[in-house]
Amino acid sequence: MKFSGWKLSYFLLAFLFVPNRAFAMHIMEGFLPIEWAIFWWVVSIPFIILGLRSIRKTIEENPETKMILGLSGAFAFVLSALKIPSVTGSCSHPTGVGLGTVLFGPLAMSVIGTIVLLFQSLLLAHGGLTTLGANTFSMAIMGPIIAYYVFKGSQKMGLSFSVAVFLAAMLGDLGTYIVTSVQLALAFPSEVGGFMASFTKFAGIFALTQVPLAVSEGILTVIVMNFLKKYNVSELKALRVFSAKEAH
Amino acid sequence: MKKNLLLLAIVVLLAIVPLFIQKGAEFGGADGEAEAAIGEIDANYEPWFESLWEPPSGEIESLLFALQAAIGAGFIGYFIGLMRGKHKEG
Repeated sequence: MKFSGWKLSYFLLAFLFVPNRAFAMHIMEGFLPIEWAIFWWVVSIPFIILGLRSIRKTIEENPETKMILGLSGAFAFVLSALKIPSVTGSCSHPTGVGLGTVLFGPLAMSVIGTIVLLFQSLLLAHGGLTTLGANTFSMAIMGPIIAYYVFKGSQKMGLSFSVAVFLAAMLGDLGTYIVTSVQLALAFPSEVGGFMASFTKFAGIFALTQVPLAVSEGILTVIVMNFLKKYNVSELKALRVFSAKEAH
Repeated sequence: MKKNLLLLAIVVLLAIVPLFIQKGAEFGGADGEAEAAIGEIDANYEPWFESLWEPPSGEIESLLFALQAAIGAGFIGYFIGLMRGKHKEG
């Protein structure tokens, strides 16, 4: 408990500093009109609550998977810290939520993704508190949901496990930034052309930059999964990651 | 193992190639560009809230980013070592 007390006082200290202006790969602090900021917070909170429940249930049923949950969090932590150059001549970073989604389902990642975003908005002025609801929705909720259904769909289509993992992580990553573009376009429709004109503009900035990074994230997720397949098969089976055909 | 190294090489290439095909590009954040785009769409928009704290310099910001990656990578390394050790015992 001493540790959490220390953390709390650290954050309180951070609050005392003079506010400054900052930009981030996620939606920047103060850059969503207040009604949209509140809207995305309201949409995101139920998912976070469900996510906490989902994690508790998983840990109760399979306590041995705790370390793998930690690994999923650590993976998201590393990947979202890496700003990588892209073919568009600007930089962005992967999200790292695909791995945890395949292992623990999309709801669990809503919690882990929010923790990563909170860390970045408080300590790195990357993203923001007012836009945390919106950024949580794109990176920690929609990204994982897309990844989850891509993964399940790929398994149903009979694609190999590695290909399914790759597609899930890649499209979840890409989906996150498409959702970000939708969120910005909704808040800032163009005078001429409205939502679609704005969406094209934002998607051109975010989503296009993200394509090679999404491929990288897919590959890195497969590498970690290859390791888990070798050393943690029993846990993967307990988490029902494999399809019926692969399970035996 | 060999397959994983090959996959890793592709990731490294994906990060290096842009540096060569986009010579002279700024490689700023996609975020700064989004901010400019908002300015184009709605010139009157003023951010209504600012970060509570911001790293005082680019150096300190990169320190914190490196720290974030190090914490995550440290745990991943610990995990890999632990699982390999367990595997050998069993």
